[in-house]
Amino acid sequence: MSQTLQRGPVSGTAVKTAGKRKPFLLDLYSTAVGKKYVMAVTGIIGIGFIIGHMVGNLKAYLGVIEHNGAPAYDIDVYGEFLRELLVPIVPHGYALWGLRLALIGALVLHLHAAWSLTVMNRQARPVRYQSARDYQVANFASRTMRWSGILVVLFLLWHLADLTWGWFNPGFEHGAVYRNLDASLSRLPVAALYIVANIALGIHLFHGVWSLFQSMGWNNPRFNRWRRGLATAIATLVVVGNVSFPIMTLAGVINYTAL
Amino acid sequence: MSNTLKNLTLKVWRQSGPQANGAFETHVIDEITDEASFLEMIDILNERLIDEGREAVVFDHDCREGICGTCSLMINGQAHGPERGTATCQLHMRKFSSGDTIVIEPWRASAFPIIRDLMVDRSAFDRIVEAGGYITAATGGAPDANLIPVPKPVADAAMDAAQCIGCGACVAACPNGAANLFTAAKITHLNLLPQGQAERFKRTEDMVETMDAHFGSCTNHGECEAACPKEISIDVIALMNADYRKAKTKNRKQLALK
Repeated sequence: MSQTLQRGPVSGTAVKTAGKRKPFLLDLYSTAVGKKYVMAVTGIIGIGFIIGHMVGNLKAYLGVIEHNGAPAYDIDVYGEFLRELLVPIVPHGYALWGLRLALIGALVLHLHAAWSLTVMNRQARPVRYQSARDYQVANFASRTMRWSGILVVLFLLWHLADLTWGWFNPGFEHGAVYRNLDASLSRLPVAALYIVANIALGIHLFHGVWSLFQSMGWNNPRFNRWRRGLATAIATLVVVGNVSFPIMTLAGVINYTAL
Repeated sequence: MSNTLKNLTLKVWRQSGPQANGAFETHVIDEITDEASFLEMIDILNERLIDEGREAVVFDHDCREGICGTCSLMINGQAHGPERGTATCQLHMRKFSSGDTIVIEPWRASAFPIIRDLMVDRSAFDRIVEAGGYITAATGGAPDANLIPVPKPVADAAMDAAQCIGCGACVAACPNGAANLFTAAKITHLNLLPQGQAERFKRTEDMVETMDAHFGSCTNHGECEAACPKEISIDVIALMNADYRKAKTKNRKQLALK
């Protein structure tokens, strides 16, 4: 019985010849390990944004302050501050757009790396196990990264349409952050959506924050045991902070009245 | 004291060749001592099958003492079965109970094509080792012992990685079919030691990229570490990831790659 197996060339030593290479970053990105660096670095950018976003939102709890001699909601002032970033070095809104472009770039790269790695992994096992797997240490978070990620991206689109573009926000007023927040989260189904999506985000971060240390090769016996703790802390911080907004709106703590 | 297990149902993957469609075949083991190893249990089944004029179940095995890396088998959804830190050959029937159903499947990965039944071709691992799993050493008389000083913790860490027997359980257990633990163990073993420094970065780049051509990618589940008969830590994967990044920059300079 003849059996032909597909094999690569057999050689005693490494014979990889140095051909014309791609530009450095593209070359790095062409391997799975390189794509994982991109996942990790863009993930760090995302984590930075998410924590900053959550902390900024906490201003909603500071209510009304006096601003330029008139009462204003603190979070509205903060929203305007973001547009005023680096003024007068750059014109109004430019710095914010710079940050937005960086975030969009990071998101696109994160998604592309995730997509191409998923395709690669499917090809690495075209015939799946025909019996049930008995996973030993892979946890719910690590097993569902793709799904929690998709959920977060879909939520992100809704979130932009709701509170940035105002498509689904009744009586949307540009720049009136506190009013728009209250108008959106007072609707029970929307509040539920925000809670579910942020729990998905927390699950994503629980694996992602730990995983990025491995991907980047940041491994040191002195701090290895802190990596899981850090992932849990960041995931918890983000979920507790973000879930508090819909709950506090429903509870009436965040409640808009015209000034 | 040995006990006897009764009435075990085996569901064994049978496949007549690489291109054939396989299926589970059910066999009942009426009685077996719990001192039998898992592979001896299959031996006994095979003797019965041969007596009945049927084809024996084909499976990989060699040393049967956990050091050669030849045996494989996905047993009840776990690579090398339920015993931690052992290969299938060191799994004994005492880990099972009377009346159990035991499902046996081959490793599954596109880089590990099934040859027949439970036997797979793991030569993709050879491709990775060929790409850089060597050092340059002077020939001639044997050098004096301890001529090259190696700090004890470094020697220990390199030895931990060098324990890899290349069985492929890491790939089999990985939900993505990635070979990062194998490749990282081979890289770490040499990269940590002074003898491995000459080729360190060329090795890392070549082995990682050869791995990339055959296997999936790592998503840091840690299943490989749990399945590894030598319990090699995924810390070696982090070392490989760090060294690959260094290699990509250093090789451009040192090897004058354009």
